[in-house]
Amino acid sequence: MNENRPLSREFTKGLIKENPVLVMLLGMCPTLAVTTMASNAIGMGLATTFVLVCSNLVISLLKGVIPKAVRLPCFIVIIAGFVTLISFVLQRYLPGLYDSLGVFLTLITVNCIILGRAEAFASKNKVLPSVLDGLGMGLGFTAALFVMGSLREIFGAGSWFGLKLPLISKEPMLIFIMPAGGFFVLGCVIAAVNKLADRKPPKEISCENCPSAAICGAKGKGEGCPSESEGGK
Amino acid sequence: MKELIIIIITAVFVNNVVLSQFMGICAFLGVSKQLKSSIGMGGAVIFVMVCATACTYPVYLLLDRFEITYLRTVAFILVIAMFVQLIEIVMKKTMPALYRALGVYLPLITTNCAVLGVTVANIDEGYSFVQSLANAFGTGLAFTLALVLFSGVRARIQDSNIPETFKGVPATLIAAAIVSLSFMGFSGMAF
Repeated sequence: MNENRPLSREFTKGLIKENPVLVMLLGMCPTLAVTTMASNAIGMGLATTFVLVCSNLVISLLKGVIPKAVRLPCFIVIIAGFVTLISFVLQRYLPGLYDSLGVFLTLITVNCIILGRAEAFASKNKVLPSVLDGLGMGLGFTAALFVMGSLREIFGAGSWFGLKLPLISKEPMLIFIMPAGGFFVLGCVIAAVNKLADRKPPKEISCENCPSAAICGAKGKGEGCPSESEGGK
Repeated sequence: MKELIIIIITAVFVNNVVLSQFMGICAFLGVSKQLKSSIGMGGAVIFVMVCATACTYPVYLLLDRFEITYLRTVAFILVIAMFVQLIEIVMKKTMPALYRALGVYLPLITTNCAVLGVTVANIDEGYSFVQSLANAFGTGLAFTLALVLFSGVRARIQDSNIPETFKGVPATLIAAAIVSLSFMGFSGMAF
């Protein structure tokens, strides 16, 4: 569908313009959970990028083979396979990172970004654009995580990549590495991005960037969003 | 019995799944706009979590029997996805009233990371079958509690005067930070 678009745009759009976390508001759970340290944030980002690129590649290759009715279970199995693969690799070569990511490594499987890209892009496009799209989105995700992780580690622990920083390391503001700090920093970063981009902030999470749009079914049928209807009457 | 109650209380207050473990944030931010939909989603999540745990626990034993536990992620997510579809079909036929109340939330639950998270956590913690069910129930309850509390907070945000830049999602996240802060009070509770 995007035949006329240059390939470089498929790559760069994920970095800033359609950044999955800060603009499209997907994949919030790992963004909040693993960003207590900059190095964990980068590790998580790169692991997710790997899964995203591989799953986009495979799904785009198989797009003619997978029947439409059962595509979501198929996508999920492909994604879960790559998640298992990357967790083996991390467990063997980076056990420290493996331990600190913990259950969130497994939870890459249900990261809305990956399923969202599979559904919205890879299942409709050729192989090369899909891989570039996955790479761009993954690196955009990594960048957002890195910003969050750096801010939280610098203010919350007084260090950066484990290096003690002068002045602030004496009395770090512990609140930043606590759960509440995660929500707070993410709110501020999104607000800052809104301000810098000088655009109208998204009022709420709409159907286009709803994490569950892929499986929701309400989209395009003219029904209201189930999360907005009153108890599903 | 006492042990089960402790597991539930720990899951609901001390280790609240949304506010201190960051699972299910997407649903938390998406569905907590109204009290009614919060309760509906919460009910559906409790139901699916308990049933999914009941299904995945035997599956894990099976994987363990053949020493292929590394297939856990693949097996669990398939079981959950299949199970959610199954519940939807069965519920539609046999309990239309319940389906009307919870049905719309069911498809959204497959990608709710709290469901996969709780089934994996049950195995990692080494809980027995009954303990796992208690933990799943407590986690579902915790999710519902967070949603219901937060829907009240969000109703107040709508009426308040916030800076233009923070309107929408940023204000919601900062409100979530404050709710999460209040749950930190429970973190000293040790059993």
